[in-house]
Amino acid sequence: MDVTFYISAAVAVVATLAVITRYNAVHALLYLIVSLLAVSLIFFILGAPFAAALEAIIYAGAIMVLFIFVIMILNLGPQAARVERIWLKPRTWLGPAALALILAGELIYILISGGEQEPKAGTAVVGANEVGIALFGPYLLGVELASLLLLAGLVGAYHLGRRSGSEGSDSPGSGRPNGEKV
Amino acid sequence: MYSAVISLITIFGVIIAALSVSAGLIWLERRLLALWQDRYGPNRVGPFGLLQVLADMIKILSKEDWVPPFADAAVFVVAPAAIIVPVLLTFAIITYAPGIAVADLNIGLLFFLAMSSLAVYGVVLAGWASDSKYSLLGSMRAAAQMLSYEVFMSLSLMGVVMLAGSFDLKNIVEAQKGLWYVVPQFSGMLIFLTAGIAETRRLPFDLPEAEGELVAGFHAEYSGMKFALFFVEEYLGITLISVLICVLFFGGWQGPLLPPLAWLAIKTLFFICFFILLRATFPRPRYDQLMSFGWKVMLPLALLNLVVTGGIVLATR
Repeated sequence: MDVTFYISAAVAVVATLAVITRYNAVHALLYLIVSLLAVSLIFFILGAPFAAALEAIIYAGAIMVLFIFVIMILNLGPQAARVERIWLKPRTWLGPAALALILAGELIYILISGGEQEPKAGTAVVGANEVGIALFGPYLLGVELASLLLLAGLVGAYHLGRRSGSEGSDSPGSGRPNGEKV
Repeated sequence: MYSAVISLITIFGVIIAALSVSAGLIWLERRLLALWQDRYGPNRVGPFGLLQVLADMIKILSKEDWVPPFADAAVFVVAPAAIIVPVLLTFAIITYAPGIAVADLNIGLLFFLAMSSLAVYGVVLAGWASDSKYSLLGSMRAAAQMLSYEVFMSLSLMGVVMLAGSFDLKNIVEAQKGLWYVVPQFSGMLIFLTAGIAETRRLPFDLPEAEGELVAGFHAEYSGMKFALFFVEEYLGITLISVLICVLFFGGWQGPLLPPLAWLAIKTLFFICFFILLRATFPRPRYDQLMSFGWKVMLPLALLNLVVTGGIVLATR
């Protein structure tokens, strides 16, 4: 189990680094998907299969598809990659690198000093049942607040997606008029 | 040692079975379509034209494997693999008969949903990497269609999950001992079937590759073995959805007299033929009709099914 954890953790770190350093937006997003899948695998190894499945379904399977969808519609060509290359000068790396180093230092400190006392992860498997009972028991308020937020987003999306003035059938999924047959 | 050998046999057996069934479906589909359209179909190579698949395979393997110079080469090559891997992985979680399963996962159904949402990437990336307007249009249609239909596909399955009280496909089949879930979950079955057709991008929902308007949609630029992967994936998808319908709604391997595997095979074959019949019957809807059908008819139906099932489960427990 430990080996699989370290392998997927390494994949996650490398993929996330690649997300930041790619010039092509779609390539960067693809690495982000790999990174999310690696994190999902880590969840699974640590004994949270439900969280793992949700990570894959929602983040990798739904949200990132929308990202890719938008980037595809923008149709960034090679010139966009060139612009990125000009923007990403070595000097730009200084600030984020310094901040990341602070975090890394903290992580190493915690691992060295307090790592022993922590309960070893992955001792109990948290299944879908437990998550559901927790969500609709003690955390009901959180669920309701989140659903309010989603409802607001839904109403907003509906308002934006509505075509003004035309009677045509409009659906939340397709913002494009149908007539564009090539 | 013994169990390792058994699981290796199961893994390779499932992969080989899935791939050969989907290759055989190419022949079956052409013959059945021909039958329903009053023609013969491929009947020259081998007995009943059965070796036609082999001849096609040799032909497609000997074709030039071409990457267009304007394409994003890396993504172009990865896309066919990205489309077929999730489908093949999903075959791992299905329990084909008591004791015959690659992975007896307690979140089996969620794994299927995760893999089916990852399957979008292959289509989307293939279209984007081809850098051709037909491919891009096809893959944008595919992304919107598959995302929309996925929403109520997962909702339609939750009725089954509530009745069985488990995401595990083995438990779901065993819970259907007295009554197949097609009876209490008939609307759920219909919704899942519709969403399944849309997810495999089969006619009548084959707008991503609508050959009349988009040449071949997202795989217009592909040739040789890469194209064959898209082709095989479509049939793998049909097989997968048919097996899942049997497992989730029609009692899986359960049935009198015959061995369990035979029952599952018979039921699956029935639904595969149904898929092909659909192709022979229905015209293709317009794109906006497809989207509004999904969001305005199927989603409310799936939600209603969920609420009613939940209420009944809560009341009777």
